[in-house]
Amino acid sequence: MWTERSPIWIYRNYINCSGCRRCEIACSLSHEGKIWPEASRIRVFMLVPGIEIPHLCVQCHDYPCVNACPVGALSTSRETGAVLVDREKCIACGRCIDACPGKVPYIHPRDNYAVICDLCDGDPKCVKVCSEGGWNALQLIRGFVGYSAKLYAKTPEEITKDLARIIYGEEIAGEI
Amino acid sequence: MKGYAGKILEIDLSSGNIKETKISGDILRQYIGGRGLASKILWDRLGSIWSEVDPLGPENILLVLTGPLTGFAPGGRICVSGKSPQSNGIVGSTIGGEFPIDLKCAGYDGIIFTGKSEKPVYLLIKDSDIELRDASHVWGKGAKETVLALIKEARKEFESRYRGRGLLKEPSMLYIGPAGERLCRTAVVSAKWSHAAGYGGYGAVMGSKGLKAILVKGTGPLPEVHDMEKTMECVNRIIRASLSMEFFRRWGTGSGGYEVGAGISSEPVMNWQEEWHDEKSFGVDKFEPFWVKRFWGDYGCATTCLKLSVINFGPFKGSITDNPDYENQAYLGPNLGIFKPEGNIYLTALIDELGFCGIQTGNLLSFAAELYQRGILTREDLGGIDLNWGDAKAFSELLKIIVERRGIGDVLAEGTYRAALKISEMKGMDVTKYAVTCKGIAIGAHGIRSGKDYPHYVSYPCSVQGGDHTSVAYIPLDHGNSELNAILYDSSVVCWFNFFSKEAQEALWGLMEAVTGWKITPDEWFNVMARRILHIQRATLLLGGPDLKWDPRVHDDVPQRWYEPLTKGPYGGKAVDRNRMVESIKEYYGIVGWDENGVPKSEELKRLGLEDVDKKLEAVRESLKNDPSRP
Repeated sequence: MWTERSPIWIYRNYINCSGCRRCEIACSLSHEGKIWPEASRIRVFMLVPGIEIPHLCVQCHDYPCVNACPVGALSTSRETGAVLVDREKCIACGRCIDACPGKVPYIHPRDNYAVICDLCDGDPKCVKVCSEGGWNALQLIRGFVGYSAKLYAKTPEEITKDLARIIYGEEIAGEI
Repeated sequence: MKGYAGKILEIDLSSGNIKETKISGDILRQYIGGRGLASKILWDRLGSIWSEVDPLGPENILLVLTGPLTGFAPGGRICVSGKSPQSNGIVGSTIGGEFPIDLKCAGYDGIIFTGKSEKPVYLLIKDSDIELRDASHVWGKGAKETVLALIKEARKEFESRYRGRGLLKEPSMLYIGPAGERLCRTAVVSAKWSHAAGYGGYGAVMGSKGLKAILVKGTGPLPEVHDMEKTMECVNRIIRASLSMEFFRRWGTGSGGYEVGAGISSEPVMNWQEEWHDEKSFGVDKFEPFWVKRFWGDYGCATTCLKLSVINFGPFKGSITDNPDYENQAYLGPNLGIFKPEGNIYLTALIDELGFCGIQTGNLLSFAAELYQRGILTREDLGGIDLNWGDAKAFSELLKIIVERRGIGDVLAEGTYRAALKISEMKGMDVTKYAVTCKGIAIGAHGIRSGKDYPHYVSYPCSVQGGDHTSVAYIPLDHGNSELNAILYDSSVVCWFNFFSKEAQEALWGLMEAVTGWKITPDEWFNVMARRILHIQRATLLLGGPDLKWDPRVHDDVPQRWYEPLTKGPYGGKAVDRNRMVESIKEYYGIVGWDENGVPKSEELKRLGLEDVDKKLEAVRESLKNDPSRP
C-alpha cells in the first residue's frame, strides 16, 4: 500500500516562512498566468502577524477528498501522488473541502471548480522560489512519505495556534 | 491602463457615502500613483485654500494610494498622504505589507477619505462589498488587541457571508493605535505589528477622522500588465540583485545600530549631543538571540530584511517587534543613552503598541531628556519622572503620559518642534536649539557632521519632506539617493530597499514599461515628471499654515545642533560649515528651478504646465520680498 504512494512530497517548516509569498506568485503565474493570491494552490495565511502559514495539499494516504467527491472529479496522479481536479466534471459542491481535515481545497474565486495543488507535474514552482531565497520553509522530498503526511492536514487556525503559543505565549494564542 | 485596477474608492466619513472615482489616463501618465498622484489630488482639491486647511480638521483629506508597480515589484508597499500635521505640507509616507495587494485584487488603486465620522468606525472591503462598521469596541486599544480582534471579526463575517467556497485568507489591515486617536502629531498608520507609515503624522489624521482601521480582502488577480514575460524578467533581475546583498539580508538595517555609530559616526547619541559610540553591547549580533524569525518580509520580497524579535524573559518580557530596524535601534537606543538590546526592543515594541513613530517619538523623548539634563524641565514638570539617559522604564512612563496627554505630555504630544516652541514660551527661554528637526519633522538617524553617511548638506534643508531620511535632496538630481528618485519609488509605489544596486535601479525603468506600456525615460522623469511632483510638494510646504508657516530663508537649514562640533570619535571636531551650507542651498535652488528664496520659479512652473501653482505662489514671493526683517 505504501509503495503506491507519492514519489514526491512538499515538506513544510512553518517557522522558516518569511511571509514573502513568492510561492503564491510563482504558483498563480504558473497556473493562472497572472499574479493571483486567492487562486494560488499554495496560500500563505497570516492570522497573526509574524506567523505565516503556507497552506497546501498534504496528499493524505487515504485521500478523503477524492473519496468524498460525488461526481468523480478528483483523482490521484500515479506519478506524483497529487490530487488532480477535473474542471469539467467538478460541480463546486464543496464536499472535498468538508472532507479535508485541513480545509485545504477551496472554490476558485472566478470559475466554479475546486482548487488543489497538483505538484506542478512533479516540479513544484513554489519550492523553487523558496529554496532560491534560502528560507527552506518548503522542501521537496522524493520517495516514501507514509501515514505521517496526514498529520500535516490541519487548518490554518490549528497550525497558527500551536506556533503562536510557542512564539508569543498563551495570551496571543488564545485570541486567534 | 495597464498595471492599474482602474478605480479609486472615495469614502465620505461625515455622511458615510461610498463612491468610486476614476482617474484619467493622462493624469496617471503624468503623476503615476502613490506620492505623485497624492500631490496632484491634494493640490486640485485643497490647493486654493491650502494655508487655511487644518491637517487635523475634517477638511483635510487622507489618501492611501498604490502605484502601478505595487504588487509586481518585490516588496508590497502603499503610500499614505494628506496635509501633514507635522510639516503642513504634503508628505508621501510609504508602508509595507499585503494591504496594497489585497486592495488592487479587490479592484481599487487607492482610497480617498474625506470628512469626519461622529463615531469610531473601521472600513471593511471584500471586493466590491464595502462597509463602514462600528469600531467603538477597539477604540482606545493598542496594536495587538486591535489587530487580533478585527482580523477575527472580519474572518467570521466572511465565513458566514461566503459559505461553501472554502477558506478565504485573512484580510490585510491598516490601523492606528491610541496615539493616533489622541491626535499625537508623531502617530503612525500601522500594519502587522510593527510596520508603519511614519513620516508625516498620518496616524493623527486618521484619528481625527474617527477611522480606526481599514481591512481589505481582494479575491481577484492583480491588474493586467502590458507584458507579463518582460515584467517577470525585470522582477527577477531585481530579485537577483537583492539576493546578492547577503549582509543586508542576514542582518537587516539593524546592523547599522553599531556600524553607523562606531564606524561612520552619524548616529544620534543623547539627542545628537554626540554621533559616535563604540558600544559593542549594541552590535547586531547582540540582537540576534532575540530573533524568533530570521527572515521576515512583505509581499514578493526576496530581501526580507525584517527580523522578528520577541523577549520571553526578564523585566522586558512580552516585547514583540521587528529587528528593531536601524532607525528604531538608533532613536530608541543610543539616542536615549540605551546601549543594550533589551531596553531598545522593549521601547520599540511599546512604540508599536501605542501607534507612535519610532523616529519622531524617539526624537521627542530625547529632546525632553536633554531639557531634563539641563535642568530646564524638572522632575515636577515631568509629572514625577526622573528622565535619566539610559532608563528605558522612565522613557516608557513618559510615553504613557504623552499618549494620555497628561501634564507635559499634552505639550509633547504636539511633536518635538511644536513642543519646543511651547516650552520656550513656558520657560521664557529658547529651547528650539535642542530640537533636531527640519520643517517640523524630526530628522532620520543619519547625521551629516562626519561627512561619511549618505545625506549631504542640502539633504534635509532642501527636502520637500523635511527631516525624512528616505527622501533627501541631493546633487546631482539623478543620483540614486536623490529626492527625485525617492519620488519615483514612492509614486511607483515600490520599496527603496530593493533598489540600492545599480542593476536594480536600471531594471526599474524596464519594469515600468513592462507593466504600464509607458516608455518613461530617466530624462523625462528627472526633468519633467518628478519636478512637477517636487514643486507641488514644495509649494504646499511654503504655503504651510494654519498654525505654522516656514520661511525658507530661516527654515531651509539643518538644526542648530549640527553647527556644534562633534566632541568624540574619529570625526571629533567636525561640524557643519555655515558658509558652505548657504552656498550649497543656493546651488540646489538653482539646479532644481527655485528662485533665490527657494520658491519654484514662474518660468519653471509654466514649463511644466503648473500655472495654477505659479499663481498661488505669487503671494509667497511677494511676502518674502516685502519682509526684509529676515536675513
